Amino acid sequence: MRFSKIALATAFVMSASIAIAEEIKVAVTTSFHNSGLSDILLPAIAEDIGLDVQLLVVGTGQALRLGEAGDVDAILVHSRKAEDAFLEAGYGTHRREIMYNDFVLIGPNDDPAKIGSAENAASALTLISYAETPFVSRGDDSGTHKKERALWASAGLDDSTFESWYRSVGAGMGATLNTASGMNAYVMSDRASWLNFGNKGDLALLFSGDPVLFNQYAIIPVNPKLHTHVKNDLANALEEWLVSDRARVLIDGYTINGETLFTHNAVAE
Amino acid sequence: MNDILQGLSAAFRLIITFDGELAEITLRSFQVTLSAVAIGSLLGLPFGAWLAVNRFRMRRYTIAVLNALMGLPPVVVGLFVYILFSRSGPFGVLGLLFTPTVMIIAQVIIITPLIASIAHQAIRELWAEYHDLLLSLNTTKRQRIMTLIWDGRRALLTAALAGFGRAIGEVGAIMIVGGNIDHATRVLTTAIALETGKGDFALALGLGFILIGLAIVLNLAIHILSRTEQGGRW
Repeated sequence: MRFSKIALATAFVMSASIAIAEEIKVAVTTSFHNSGLSDILLPAIAEDIGLDVQLLVVGTGQALRLGEAGDVDAILVHSRKAEDAFLEAGYGTHRREIMYNDFVLIGPNDDPAKIGSAENAASALTLISYAETPFVSRGDDSGTHKKERALWASAGLDDSTFESWYRSVGAGMGATLNTASGMNAYVMSDRASWLNFGNKGDLALLFSGDPVLFNQYAIIPVNPKLHTHVKNDLANALEEWLVSDRARVLIDGYTINGETLFTHNAVAE
Repeated sequence: MNDILQGLSAAFRLIITFDGELAEITLRSFQVTLSAVAIGSLLGLPFGAWLAVNRFRMRRYTIAVLNALMGLPPVVVGLFVYILFSRSGPFGVLGLLFTPTVMIIAQVIIITPLIASIAHQAIRELWAEYHDLLLSLNTTKRQRIMTLIWDGRRALLTAALAGFGRAIGEVGAIMIVGGNIDHATRVLTTAIALETGKGDFALALGLGFILIGLAIVLNLAIHILSRTEQGGRW
Protein backbone atom coordinates (compact mmCIF):
# COMPACT_ATOMS: atom_id res chain seq x y z
CA MET A 1 0.00 0.00 0.00
CA ARG A 2 2.69 2.43 1.05
CA PHE A 3 4.74 1.47 -1.97
CA SER A 4 1.96 2.25 -4.41
CA LYS A 5 1.53 5.65 -2.80
CA ILE A 6 5.20 6.37 -3.29
CA ALA A 7 4.94 5.16 -6.89
CA LEU A 8 1.96 7.44 -7.41
CA ALA A 9 3.80 10.36 -5.88
CA THR A 10 6.85 9.74 -8.06
CA ALA A 11 4.65 9.46 -11.12
CA PHE A 12 3.02 12.75 -10.16
CA VAL A 13 6.34 14.50 -9.62
CA MET A 14 7.64 13.15 -12.90
CA SER A 15 4.58 14.24 -14.82
CA ALA A 16 4.92 17.67 -13.26
CA SER A 17 8.57 17.97 -14.18
CA ILE A 18 8.04 16.82 -17.75
CA ALA A 19 5.84 19.03 -19.86
CA ILE A 20 2.93 17.33 -21.57
CA ALA A 21 3.48 15.83 -25.03
CA GLU A 22 7.24 15.85 -25.20
CA GLU A 23 8.33 13.65 -28.05
CA ILE A 24 10.87 10.89 -28.01
CA LYS A 25 11.83 8.63 -30.90
CA VAL A 26 12.49 4.99 -30.14
CA ALA A 27 13.54 2.37 -32.69
CA VAL A 28 11.82 -0.94 -31.91
CA THR A 29 11.79 -4.29 -33.65
CA THR A 30 8.93 -5.50 -35.79
CA SER A 31 8.32 -8.42 -33.46
CA PHE A 32 7.68 -6.05 -30.55
CA HIS A 33 5.32 -3.87 -32.55
CA ASN A 34 3.46 -6.72 -34.27
CA SER A 35 2.62 -8.16 -30.86
CA GLY A 36 0.24 -5.26 -30.24
CA LEU A 37 1.80 -4.56 -26.83
CA SER A 38 2.81 -1.06 -27.91
CA ASP A 39 -0.88 -0.16 -28.34
CA ILE A 40 -1.30 -0.84 -24.61
CA LEU A 41 1.93 0.72 -23.37
CA LEU A 42 2.09 3.95 -25.39
CA PRO A 43 -1.21 5.45 -24.15
CA ALA A 44 -0.26 4.51 -20.57
CA ILE A 45 3.13 6.22 -20.97
CA ALA A 46 1.50 9.33 -22.38
CA GLU A 47 -0.92 9.39 -19.47
CA ASP A 48 1.60 8.70 -16.70
CA ILE A 49 4.65 10.75 -17.67
CA GLY A 50 3.34 12.86 -20.55
CA LEU A 51 5.72 11.34 -23.05
CA ASP A 52 4.72 10.95 -26.69
CA VAL A 53 6.75 7.91 -27.76
CA GLN A 54 7.17 7.78 -31.53
CA LEU A 55 8.03 4.27 -32.64
CA LEU A 56 10.20 3.51 -35.64
CA VAL A 57 9.40 -0.07 -36.43
CA VAL A 58 12.42 -1.59 -38.14
CA GLY A 59 14.60 -4.69 -38.00
CA THR A 60 17.24 -4.98 -35.28
CA GLY A 61 20.02 -4.22 -37.78
CA GLN A 62 18.38 -0.99 -38.90
CA ALA A 63 17.47 -0.07 -35.30
CA LEU A 64 21.13 -0.26 -34.33
CA ARG A 65 22.11 1.87 -37.32
CA LEU A 66 19.51 4.50 -36.38
CA GLY A 67 20.95 4.55 -32.86
CA GLU A 68 24.53 4.84 -34.11
CA ALA A 69 23.60 7.78 -36.33
CA GLY A 70 21.73 9.48 -33.46
CA ASP A 71 18.46 9.49 -35.38
CA VAL A 72 16.57 8.04 -32.42
CA ASP A 73 16.79 8.68 -28.67
CA ALA A 74 16.73 5.06 -27.57
CA ILE A 75 16.47 1.56 -29.01
CA LEU A 76 14.45 -1.40 -27.74
CA VAL A 77 15.81 -4.58 -29.33
CA HIS A 78 16.51 -8.23 -28.63
CA SER A 79 19.90 -9.41 -29.82
CA ARG A 80 22.38 -9.64 -26.99
CA LYS A 81 25.57 -9.87 -29.06
CA ALA A 82 24.68 -6.93 -31.27
CA GLU A 83 23.63 -4.91 -28.21
CA ASP A 84 26.93 -5.57 -26.47
CA ALA A 85 28.84 -4.51 -29.57
CA PHE A 86 26.70 -1.36 -29.74
CA LEU A 87 27.54 -0.51 -26.13
CA GLU A 88 31.20 -1.36 -26.50
CA ALA A 89 31.50 1.05 -29.42
CA GLY A 90 30.11 3.75 -27.12
CA TYR A 91 26.86 4.38 -29.00
CA GLY A 92 24.67 3.72 -25.98
CA THR A 93 24.89 4.74 -22.34
CA HIS A 94 23.81 1.42 -20.82
CA ARG A 95 21.59 -1.60 -21.37
CA ARG A 96 18.56 -2.35 -19.20
CA GLU A 97 16.64 -5.60 -19.53
CA ILE A 98 12.89 -5.08 -19.61
CA MET A 99 11.06 -8.28 -20.47
CA TYR A 100 11.22 -11.47 -22.48
CA ASN A 101 8.99 -13.47 -24.74
CA ASP A 102 9.77 -16.67 -26.58
CA PHE A 103 10.25 -18.01 -30.07
CA VAL A 104 8.11 -20.82 -31.42
CA LEU A 105 8.42 -23.18 -34.36
CA ILE A 106 5.52 -23.02 -36.80
CA GLY A 107 4.79 -25.50 -39.55
CA PRO A 108 2.17 -27.31 -41.60
CA ASN A 109 -0.66 -28.75 -39.52
CA ASP A 110 0.19 -32.37 -40.42
CA ASP A 111 3.83 -31.83 -39.39
CA PRO A 112 5.69 -33.92 -42.06
CA ALA A 113 9.02 -33.58 -40.21
CA LYS A 114 7.42 -34.66 -36.89
CA ILE A 115 8.94 -31.88 -34.84
CA GLY A 116 5.96 -31.78 -32.49
CA SER A 117 7.47 -34.52 -30.35
CA ALA A 118 11.07 -33.24 -30.51
CA GLU A 119 12.97 -33.07 -27.22
CA ASN A 120 14.49 -29.65 -27.74
CA ALA A 121 14.78 -26.89 -30.30
CA ALA A 122 18.03 -28.21 -31.78
CA SER A 123 16.58 -31.65 -32.44
CA ALA A 124 13.42 -30.12 -33.91
CA LEU A 125 15.54 -28.21 -36.42
CA THR A 126 17.61 -31.33 -37.14
CA LEU A 127 14.38 -33.19 -37.96
CA ILE A 128 13.40 -30.43 -40.41
CA SER A 129 16.80 -30.62 -42.11
CA TYR A 130 16.54 -34.45 -42.41
CA ALA A 131 13.05 -34.26 -43.88
CA GLU A 132 14.18 -31.40 -46.17
CA THR A 133 10.71 -29.89 -45.92
CA PRO A 134 10.51 -26.21 -46.92
CA PHE A 135 11.69 -23.83 -44.20
CA VAL A 136 11.36 -20.06 -44.54
CA SER A 137 14.05 -17.96 -42.91
CA ARG A 138 13.87 -14.23 -42.18
CA GLY A 139 17.29 -13.81 -43.79
CA ASP A 140 17.40 -10.10 -42.88
CA ASP A 141 20.05 -10.13 -40.15
CA SER A 142 17.38 -9.21 -37.59
CA GLY A 143 17.39 -10.38 -33.99
CA THR A 144 15.06 -13.23 -34.90
CA HIS A 145 17.26 -14.24 -37.82
CA LYS A 146 20.39 -14.17 -35.66
CA LYS A 147 18.62 -16.36 -33.12
CA GLU A 148 17.58 -18.80 -35.83
CA ARG A 149 21.16 -19.06 -37.14
CA ALA A 150 22.46 -19.64 -33.61
CA LEU A 151 19.95 -22.49 -33.21
CA TRP A 152 21.04 -24.16 -36.46
CA ALA A 153 24.63 -23.86 -35.25
CA SER A 154 23.72 -25.41 -31.89
CA ALA A 155 22.28 -28.36 -33.83
CA GLY A 156 25.64 -28.72 -35.58
CA LEU A 157 24.29 -27.50 -38.92
CA ASP A 158 25.49 -24.72 -41.19
CA ASP A 159 22.59 -22.80 -42.69
CA SER A 160 24.70 -21.52 -45.60
CA THR A 161 25.04 -25.07 -47.00
CA PHE A 162 21.33 -25.89 -47.09
CA GLU A 163 19.67 -26.87 -50.35
CA SER A 164 16.63 -25.24 -51.93
CA TRP A 165 14.27 -26.35 -49.13
CA TYR A 166 15.79 -23.54 -47.03
CA ARG A 167 14.28 -20.32 -48.29
CA SER A 168 15.77 -17.08 -47.09
CA VAL A 169 13.33 -14.29 -47.90
CA GLY A 170 15.05 -11.22 -46.43
CA ALA A 171 11.86 -9.75 -45.00
CA GLY A 172 10.20 -8.73 -41.74
CA MET A 173 8.38 -11.17 -39.45
CA GLY A 174 4.93 -10.53 -40.94
CA ALA A 175 6.06 -10.86 -44.54
CA THR A 176 7.99 -14.02 -43.66
CA LEU A 177 4.92 -15.56 -42.03
CA ASN A 178 2.90 -14.65 -45.13
CA THR A 179 5.48 -16.45 -47.28
CA ALA A 180 5.49 -19.51 -45.02
CA SER A 181 1.70 -19.56 -45.08
CA GLY A 182 1.72 -19.42 -48.87
CA MET A 183 4.28 -22.25 -49.18
CA ASN A 184 2.95 -24.24 -46.24
CA ALA A 185 6.48 -24.25 -44.88
CA TYR A 186 8.16 -24.37 -41.48
CA VAL A 187 9.20 -21.06 -39.96
CA MET A 188 10.50 -19.70 -36.65
CA SER A 189 8.58 -16.77 -35.21
CA ASP A 190 8.26 -14.96 -31.95
CA ARG A 191 5.09 -16.04 -30.17
CA ALA A 192 3.54 -12.59 -30.19
CA SER A 193 3.80 -12.07 -33.95
CA TRP A 194 2.40 -15.55 -34.52
CA LEU A 195 -0.64 -15.07 -32.25
CA ASN A 196 -1.42 -11.69 -33.79
CA PHE A 197 -0.92 -12.93 -37.33
CA GLY A 198 -4.10 -12.88 -39.37
CA ASN A 199 -3.23 -15.14 -42.31
CA LYS A 200 -2.40 -18.46 -40.60
CA GLY A 201 -3.80 -20.67 -43.36
CA ASP A 202 -2.84 -24.29 -42.74
CA LEU A 203 -0.01 -23.45 -40.33
CA ALA A 204 0.05 -24.39 -36.66
CA LEU A 205 2.32 -23.91 -33.65
CA LEU A 206 4.28 -27.17 -33.42
CA PHE A 207 7.14 -26.66 -30.97
CA SER A 208 7.83 -24.31 -28.08
CA GLY A 209 9.03 -24.22 -24.48
CA ASP A 210 12.75 -24.92 -24.80
CA PRO A 211 14.53 -22.32 -22.58
CA VAL A 212 17.00 -21.53 -25.39
CA LEU A 213 14.05 -20.03 -27.25
CA PHE A 214 13.61 -17.26 -24.67
CA ASN A 215 14.05 -13.82 -26.15
CA GLN A 216 15.24 -10.99 -23.93
CA TYR A 217 14.27 -7.41 -24.76
CA ALA A 218 16.40 -4.54 -23.50
CA ILE A 219 16.34 -0.77 -23.84
CA ILE A 220 19.50 1.18 -24.65
CA PRO A 221 19.44 5.00 -24.48
CA VAL A 222 21.58 6.56 -27.20
CA ASN A 223 24.75 8.18 -25.88
CA PRO A 224 24.27 11.98 -25.59
CA LYS A 225 28.05 12.46 -25.59
CA LEU A 226 28.14 11.39 -29.23
CA HIS A 227 24.92 13.13 -30.22
CA THR A 228 24.17 16.20 -28.14
CA HIS A 229 20.66 16.56 -29.56
CA VAL A 230 19.35 13.21 -28.25
CA LYS A 231 16.85 13.53 -25.43
CA ASN A 232 18.69 11.49 -22.87
CA ASP A 233 16.61 12.67 -19.90
CA LEU A 234 13.43 11.59 -21.68
CA ALA A 235 15.00 8.25 -22.61
CA ASN A 236 15.86 7.73 -18.95
CA ALA A 237 12.33 8.69 -17.91
CA LEU A 238 10.99 6.14 -20.39
CA GLU A 239 13.33 3.50 -19.00
CA GLU A 240 12.22 4.27 -15.43
CA TRP A 241 8.62 3.85 -16.52
CA LEU A 242 9.35 0.55 -18.30
CA VAL A 243 10.91 -0.97 -15.18
CA SER A 244 8.14 0.34 -12.92
CA ASP A 245 5.39 -1.73 -11.34
CA ARG A 246 2.81 -0.11 -13.57
CA ALA A 247 4.65 -1.43 -16.63
CA ARG A 248 5.02 -4.84 -14.96
CA VAL A 249 1.26 -5.14 -14.51
CA LEU A 250 0.50 -4.06 -18.07
CA ILE A 251 3.15 -6.25 -19.70
CA ASP A 252 2.44 -9.38 -17.65
CA GLY A 253 -1.29 -8.88 -18.08
CA TYR A 254 -1.19 -8.58 -21.86
CA THR A 255 -2.74 -11.66 -23.45
CA ILE A 256 -3.95 -12.76 -26.87
CA ASN A 257 -6.51 -15.57 -26.91
CA GLY A 258 -5.79 -16.08 -23.23
CA GLU A 259 -2.06 -16.61 -23.77
CA THR A 260 0.47 -14.48 -21.94
CA LEU A 261 3.04 -13.09 -24.36
CA PHE A 262 5.64 -11.22 -22.36
CA THR A 263 7.19 -11.70 -18.96
CA HIS A 264 8.45 -8.55 -17.26
CA ASN A 265 11.84 -9.24 -15.69
CA ALA A 266 13.34 -5.79 -15.16
CA VAL A 267 15.10 -5.30 -11.85
CA ALA A 268 14.51 -2.06 -10.01
CA GLU A 269 17.80 -0.41 -9.10
CA MET B 1 -11.17 -14.13 -53.69
CA ASN B 2 -12.76 -14.00 -50.27
CA ASP B 3 -10.01 -11.63 -49.15
CA ILE B 4 -10.95 -9.16 -51.86
CA LEU B 5 -14.59 -9.09 -50.73
CA GLN B 6 -13.47 -8.62 -47.15
CA GLY B 7 -11.20 -5.83 -48.35
CA LEU B 8 -14.11 -4.09 -50.03
CA SER B 9 -16.26 -4.38 -46.93
CA ALA B 10 -13.37 -3.12 -44.77
CA ALA B 11 -13.08 -0.11 -47.07
CA PHE B 12 -16.80 0.61 -46.79
CA ARG B 13 -16.77 0.23 -43.03
CA LEU B 14 -13.85 2.65 -42.68
CA ILE B 15 -15.51 5.25 -44.90
CA ILE B 16 -19.01 5.00 -43.44
CA THR B 17 -17.85 5.20 -39.83
CA PHE B 18 -15.57 8.09 -40.87
CA ASP B 19 -12.64 6.53 -39.10
CA GLY B 20 -10.53 9.27 -37.47
CA GLU B 21 -7.22 7.55 -38.04
CA LEU B 22 -8.07 6.91 -41.68
CA ALA B 23 -8.88 10.59 -42.18
CA GLU B 24 -5.56 11.52 -40.59
CA ILE B 25 -3.35 9.27 -42.72
CA THR B 26 -5.32 10.11 -45.87
CA LEU B 27 -4.88 13.84 -45.30
CA ARG B 28 -1.17 13.32 -44.69
CA SER B 29 -0.87 11.26 -47.89
CA PHE B 30 -2.39 14.10 -49.87
CA GLN B 31 -0.45 16.80 -48.03
CA VAL B 32 2.86 15.10 -48.80
CA THR B 33 2.04 14.12 -52.36
CA LEU B 34 0.39 17.38 -53.44
CA SER B 35 3.28 19.41 -52.00
CA ALA B 36 5.73 17.19 -53.86
CA VAL B 37 3.74 17.53 -57.11
CA ALA B 38 3.59 21.34 -56.72
CA ILE B 39 7.35 21.63 -56.16
CA GLY B 40 8.13 18.99 -58.78
CA SER B 41 6.00 20.84 -61.35
CA LEU B 42 7.61 24.19 -60.54
CA LEU B 43 10.99 22.61 -61.24
CA GLY B 44 10.13 20.05 -63.90
CA LEU B 45 7.76 21.91 -66.24
CA PRO B 46 10.03 24.90 -66.98
CA PHE B 47 13.02 22.59 -67.25
CA GLY B 48 11.21 20.37 -69.77
CA ALA B 49 10.22 23.43 -71.82
CA TRP B 50 13.73 24.86 -71.61
CA LEU B 51 15.14 21.57 -72.92
CA ALA B 52 12.70 21.67 -75.84
CA VAL B 53 13.59 25.17 -77.08
CA ASN B 54 17.31 25.14 -76.43
CA ARG B 55 19.98 23.52 -78.54
CA PHE B 56 23.25 22.80 -76.77
CA ARG B 57 26.06 20.30 -77.04
CA MET B 58 25.12 17.83 -74.34
CA ARG B 59 21.38 18.02 -75.09
CA ARG B 60 21.03 14.44 -76.31
CA TYR B 61 22.81 13.08 -73.25
CA THR B 62 20.85 15.29 -70.89
CA ILE B 63 17.59 14.01 -72.34
CA ALA B 64 18.76 10.39 -72.21
CA VAL B 65 19.74 10.79 -68.55
CA LEU B 66 16.46 12.55 -67.77
CA ASN B 67 14.47 9.73 -69.36
CA ALA B 68 16.48 7.14 -67.47
CA LEU B 69 15.84 8.98 -64.19
CA MET B 70 12.10 8.43 -64.72
CA GLY B 71 12.79 4.93 -63.50
CA LEU B 72 14.68 5.95 -60.35
CA PRO B 73 14.18 3.19 -57.77
CA PRO B 74 12.33 4.86 -54.87
CA VAL B 75 14.05 2.71 -52.28
CA VAL B 76 17.46 3.99 -53.43
CA VAL B 77 16.22 7.58 -53.36
CA GLY B 78 14.92 6.90 -49.84
CA LEU B 79 18.25 5.56 -48.68
CA PHE B 80 20.11 8.46 -50.31
CA VAL B 81 17.86 11.08 -48.69
CA TYR B 82 18.10 9.21 -45.38
CA ILE B 83 21.90 9.39 -45.46
CA LEU B 84 21.80 13.10 -46.32
CA PHE B 85 19.36 13.99 -43.54
CA SER B 86 20.52 11.52 -40.91
CA ARG B 87 21.91 13.18 -37.79
CA SER B 88 25.34 12.05 -38.87
CA GLY B 89 24.79 13.22 -42.45
CA PRO B 90 25.49 16.64 -44.01
CA PHE B 91 21.98 18.03 -43.36
CA GLY B 92 21.55 16.27 -40.01
CA VAL B 93 21.57 19.51 -38.03
CA LEU B 94 18.22 20.45 -39.57
CA GLY B 95 16.61 17.58 -37.64
CA LEU B 96 14.24 16.89 -40.52
CA LEU B 97 14.49 13.10 -40.58
CA PHE B 98 11.21 11.29 -39.85
CA THR B 99 9.09 14.35 -40.62
CA PRO B 100 6.65 14.94 -43.51
CA THR B 101 9.08 17.57 -44.89
CA VAL B 102 11.75 15.03 -45.69
CA MET B 103 9.12 12.74 -47.23
CA ILE B 104 8.23 15.59 -49.58
CA ILE B 105 11.91 16.07 -50.47
CA ALA B 106 12.28 12.38 -51.34
CA GLN B 107 9.15 12.44 -53.50
CA VAL B 108 10.25 15.60 -55.30
CA ILE B 109 13.44 13.79 -56.30
CA ILE B 110 11.44 10.81 -57.53
CA ILE B 111 8.82 12.66 -59.59
CA THR B 112 10.65 15.72 -60.98
CA PRO B 113 12.46 13.76 -63.74
CA LEU B 114 9.15 12.15 -64.72
CA ILE B 115 7.34 15.50 -64.89
CA ALA B 116 10.22 17.14 -66.77
CA SER B 117 10.48 14.30 -69.26
CA ILE B 118 6.77 14.21 -70.12
CA ALA B 119 6.71 18.03 -70.28
CA HIS B 120 9.67 17.95 -72.65
CA GLN B 121 7.93 15.50 -75.00
CA ALA B 122 4.77 17.59 -75.08
CA ILE B 123 6.49 20.96 -75.49
CA ARG B 124 8.79 19.65 -78.21
CA GLU B 125 5.84 18.96 -80.50
CA LEU B 126 4.26 22.28 -79.70
CA TRP B 127 7.57 24.03 -80.34
CA ALA B 128 7.79 22.52 -83.84
CA GLU B 129 4.42 24.14 -84.53
CA TYR B 130 5.19 27.51 -82.89
CA HIS B 131 8.82 27.78 -83.93
CA ASP B 132 8.46 30.13 -86.95
CA LEU B 133 5.77 32.26 -85.36
CA LEU B 134 7.65 32.86 -82.13
CA LEU B 135 10.88 33.61 -83.97
CA SER B 136 9.21 36.05 -86.35
CA LEU B 137 7.68 37.89 -83.40
CA ASN B 138 11.22 38.40 -82.14
CA THR B 139 10.42 36.91 -78.70
CA THR B 140 13.00 36.34 -75.99
CA LYS B 141 13.75 32.78 -74.82
CA ARG B 142 11.87 33.44 -71.61
CA GLN B 143 8.79 34.61 -73.50
CA ARG B 144 8.93 31.56 -75.76
CA ILE B 145 9.09 29.19 -72.79
CA MET B 146 6.22 30.96 -71.03
CA THR B 147 4.08 30.89 -74.21
CA LEU B 148 4.75 27.21 -74.76
CA ILE B 149 3.95 26.35 -71.15
CA TRP B 150 0.71 28.31 -71.24
CA ASP B 151 -0.46 26.96 -74.59
CA GLY B 152 0.60 23.45 -73.69
CA ARG B 153 -1.04 23.54 -70.28
CA ARG B 154 -3.35 20.59 -70.96
CA ALA B 155 -0.46 18.30 -71.85
CA LEU B 156 1.50 19.65 -68.90
CA LEU B 157 -1.42 18.82 -66.64
CA THR B 158 -0.92 15.21 -67.73
CA ALA B 159 2.75 15.50 -66.75
CA ALA B 160 1.80 16.77 -63.28
CA LEU B 161 -0.84 14.05 -62.89
CA ALA B 162 1.69 11.38 -63.85
CA GLY B 163 3.90 12.77 -61.09
CA PHE B 164 0.97 12.64 -58.70
CA GLY B 165 0.29 9.03 -59.69
CA ARG B 166 3.85 7.97 -59.03
CA ALA B 167 4.06 9.83 -55.70
CA ILE B 168 0.73 8.82 -54.17
CA GLY B 169 1.41 5.12 -54.63
CA GLU B 170 5.04 5.27 -53.53
CA VAL B 171 6.10 3.39 -50.42
CA GLY B 172 9.79 2.46 -50.61
CA ALA B 173 11.30 5.92 -50.11
CA ILE B 174 8.84 7.38 -47.61
CA MET B 175 9.04 4.24 -45.49
CA ILE B 176 12.78 4.82 -45.02
CA VAL B 177 12.82 8.60 -44.57
CA GLY B 178 9.43 8.93 -42.85
CA GLY B 179 9.67 5.85 -40.66
CA ASN B 180 5.90 5.14 -40.73
CA ILE B 181 5.46 6.72 -37.27
CA ASP B 182 1.90 6.57 -36.00
CA HIS B 183 0.32 10.07 -35.83
CA ALA B 184 3.46 11.65 -37.32
CA THR B 185 4.54 10.23 -40.66
CA ARG B 186 2.17 7.36 -41.40
CA VAL B 187 0.49 7.64 -44.80
CA LEU B 188 -1.86 5.34 -46.73
CA THR B 189 0.82 3.33 -48.51
CA THR B 190 2.98 2.74 -45.45
CA ALA B 191 -0.13 1.77 -43.47
CA ILE B 192 -0.96 -0.77 -46.20
CA ALA B 193 2.56 -2.21 -45.95
CA LEU B 194 2.19 -2.41 -42.16
CA GLU B 195 -1.17 -4.20 -42.26
CA THR B 196 0.10 -6.63 -44.91
CA GLY B 197 2.99 -7.44 -42.58
CA LYS B 198 0.50 -8.22 -39.84
CA GLY B 199 -1.34 -10.56 -42.19
CA ASP B 200 -4.48 -8.39 -41.98
CA PHE B 201 -5.12 -8.52 -45.73
CA ALA B 202 -8.71 -7.24 -45.44
CA LEU B 203 -7.71 -3.96 -43.82
CA ALA B 204 -4.68 -3.59 -46.12
CA LEU B 205 -6.85 -4.09 -49.21
CA GLY B 206 -9.50 -1.78 -47.79
CA LEU B 207 -6.94 0.99 -47.42
CA GLY B 208 -5.75 0.19 -50.95
CA PHE B 209 -9.24 0.60 -52.39
CA ILE B 210 -9.60 3.92 -50.60
CA LEU B 211 -6.27 5.07 -52.04
CA ILE B 212 -7.28 4.14 -55.58
CA GLY B 213 -10.73 5.69 -55.13
CA LEU B 214 -9.32 8.98 -53.90
CA ALA B 215 -6.82 9.13 -56.75
CA ILE B 216 -9.69 8.71 -59.24
CA VAL B 217 -11.77 11.39 -57.49
CA LEU B 218 -8.88 13.84 -57.51
CA ASN B 219 -8.11 13.26 -61.20
CA LEU B 220 -11.78 13.69 -62.10
CA ALA B 221 -12.03 16.85 -60.04
CA ILE B 222 -9.02 18.34 -61.81
CA HIS B 223 -10.46 17.56 -65.24
CA ILE B 224 -13.81 19.06 -64.30
CA LEU B 225 -12.27 22.19 -62.78
CA SER B 226 -9.92 22.73 -65.72
CA ARG B 227 -12.73 21.86 -68.19
CA THR B 228 -10.61 19.35 -70.06
CA GLU B 229 -11.77 16.12 -71.65
CA GLN B 230 -15.41 17.14 -71.85
CA GLY B 231 -17.81 16.05 -74.57
CA GLY B 232 -18.18 18.27 -77.64
CA ARG B 233 -14.72 19.70 -77.30
CA TRP B 234 -11.45 18.59 -78.73
